[in-house]
Amino acid sequence: MTRLKPWLPVIGIAVFAVLLLVVAPAVLSMHWLNNLGKYCCWAIAAVGIGLAWGRGGMLVLGQGVFFGLGAYAMAMHLTLESTAPGSLPVFMILYDPLASLPAFWEPFRSDAFTLAAIVLLPVIVAGVLGYALFKRRIKGAYFAILSQALAVALAVLISSTIRETGGDTGLSDFKYFFGFVLNDDANKVMVFMIAASLLILCLLAVWQLNRSRFGELLVATRDAEERVRFLGYDPANIKLVAYVVAALMASIAGALFVPIVGIITPAEIGASASILMIAGVALGGRASLFGPALGAMAIGWGQSSLGSSWPDGWVYILGLVFILVTLFLPMGLSSLFGKAKGLLWRSRGTPPDALDEPAPVLEPVGDGVTK
Amino acid sequence: MLAIPALATAAVLVLAGCGSRAGDTAEADAGTAAAGSCIDTSGDTIKLGFLNSLTGGMAISEQTVSNVLHMAADEINADGGILGKQIEYIQEDGATDWPTFAEKTEKLLTQDCVAAIFGGWTSSSRKAVKPVVEENNGLFFYPVQYEGLESSPNIYYTGATTNQQIIPAMDYLAAQGVKTLFLAGSDYVFPRTANAIIKLYAAELGIEIVGEEYVPLDKDDWTTQVSKIVAADPDFVFNTINGSSNVGFIKAYYDAGLTPETTPIISVSIAEEEAPAMGHEVTGNYASWNYFQSLETPNNPGFIERWQAYPDSSGVTSDPMEAAYISLYLYKALAEAAGSFEVDDINAAAAEGGITVDAPEGVVTLDGENHHISKPGNIGRINADNQFDIVWSSDGFIEPDPYLEGYDWFPADVRDALVAAAG
Repeated sequence: MTRLKPWLPVIGIAVFAVLLLVVAPAVLSMHWLNNLGKYCCWAIAAVGIGLAWGRGGMLVLGQGVFFGLGAYAMAMHLTLESTAPGSLPVFMILYDPLASLPAFWEPFRSDAFTLAAIVLLPVIVAGVLGYALFKRRIKGAYFAILSQALAVALAVLISSTIRETGGDTGLSDFKYFFGFVLNDDANKVMVFMIAASLLILCLLAVWQLNRSRFGELLVATRDAEERVRFLGYDPANIKLVAYVVAALMASIAGALFVPIVGIITPAEIGASASILMIAGVALGGRASLFGPALGAMAIGWGQSSLGSSWPDGWVYILGLVFILVTLFLPMGLSSLFGKAKGLLWRSRGTPPDALDEPAPVLEPVGDGVTK
Repeated sequence: MLAIPALATAAVLVLAGCGSRAGDTAEADAGTAAAGSCIDTSGDTIKLGFLNSLTGGMAISEQTVSNVLHMAADEINADGGILGKQIEYIQEDGATDWPTFAEKTEKLLTQDCVAAIFGGWTSSSRKAVKPVVEENNGLFFYPVQYEGLESSPNIYYTGATTNQQIIPAMDYLAAQGVKTLFLAGSDYVFPRTANAIIKLYAAELGIEIVGEEYVPLDKDDWTTQVSKIVAADPDFVFNTINGSSNVGFIKAYYDAGLTPETTPIISVSIAEEEAPAMGHEVTGNYASWNYFQSLETPNNPGFIERWQAYPDSSGVTSDPMEAAYISLYLYKALAEAAGSFEVDDINAAAAEGGITVDAPEGVVTLDGENHHISKPGNIGRINADNQFDIVWSSDGFIEPDPYLEGYDWFPADVRDALVAAAG
């Protein structure tokens, strides 16, 4: 049992991978597979949030910024790919019959540039921003407000540049995905597989980071930043890495969201979208490996299915669940497993397994946010 | 760590899968449509989807459309249904969120297998629905006046296109001797496109555009923009603002001392429902629509009476809800002419021509080619009861011309580019 224990997360990931990559395409209809692909995108962003917030204590309230960078890079590429050569995207002709293609669109014609932009843009933005913030030791509520404000700012910027970016209406009507016809079930399954595989890869990456020396330093920074500093490490660098990784994951999530959902609008990257991402992570359990992904997927599913049955009611249900979880399970639904296990062991009079591990890893001393 | 190479291999295998690529045009055109529709006609009911924003910012307008669709379905069911089948409707919430509109359209078409979908309001919602209905070869009936320059084999438009609402309004202004015009609109597809057209036509009519201002749909503060109207002192204000942002505009307009006597407003989205909700008397201002509650036609009194008696009624009738009411009857007429619920049969019946609906605004005829309907043009002036006194009516019904082909001031290359993009 004890020899198996460190490998339990990998077994979990493997089971999850089989469920997503083998079982789901076999049993789900195209509609639900597509929806599951969308939840996978939110889950990818959530895995990053789990790293930055759950493990690193940085309340990233504005991951919509990075989600948006990836999404708009991809959407611009797909829009140009779907536009006849020599022609403009339809919305540009509509708003200004004499318009020409804005210069910043031009490089997105290239497949390679687009893929590079999806990876490098969030890394550069998060790198510069994170460096400036963490070196100045900005944290807690100030950091949260700042990151939230950025998401709002990007959404407003896109809304107000309707001629260049499609504004509030967003970008849609994509016909091709890197040469593949999107209106083809085989290709839709392919895009889903890419999203699901990347989710699995992100989980593996975070699992690896968590058990590495870096992962321990990150948790240490979350729980006692000053002590880490006294030990000779620079907490700013540790936080910066987690922040950049989270940004990269959000960007990849946004980029895949576009071909799966078929439309991107500023509403999907603004304040409420960013908060919904955080809500999923909190619900699932921010410090656990699977909690953020499963929480984000659960919220996505709730939105599609409960939102259909009770359009007015679903938001209240979400709110209520959120309040209950925050009150009674501050470490999210995934902490239920640990508690259940603890209860089971106690009733049998045997010490719980969990005590073998260093206690503070999963339970931060404070809430990790206001400190 | 074996999992990573394994996954990468799996991903490559999947990528090399059998989906069609951009070059394979035949396959691309056929797409999923070739799989055939899943509309179930075996029972004695036919499923239709209603897709309206019941939550979010547009709910205030779209709830009425949803209610009138329910009323029309009840009426048709009481009258024997469509092709002998009772309508079974599935109501979905678009939640004023465009990706949600796309997702729900896909759900209605592929999960619920509805024969047609009715709803939408903002052009943004229509633009989100359009690729999905085209991909799945479904039908979408869109009931609101819009900016034109669009057509789709999978969409039927029962609201006005530009030449049935905006061009009549411009003609009316020119006939009134208007020399200067100020454009105020919400910042999204419809006002931007409408104003691009208005500017082109104004140049033709010799009307000078003395200003153009936009405010996002969800913002209500028009103070700065209205001060620019005061400074420009136009003969008329052309208002393409949508939704509750109009309340802020009207407030700023009267606060700045503007009045309908000196600087009247002509609107294309303030109707009987909205006029009393402006928070200020709007008496004396104008609106351009096809249907008004005050319209004297044979069918209108009965329509108003049935609506006022309907449990979820808002009490007044208006253009978009009347167009929504038409949309369900248009579908009935099409299905009965086709003798089928299949999309291709319905489009074939439309193409044959001669499909009419005896609507509250008069007998409207479907154009089988562009899927729009003929409509009377009317300009109304708001009276003290927040009803409209009709001050101008078009000479008969105006045929729909979404791409403005009958107007040579509209640049031909732009039209060609848009037609080409629409496929």
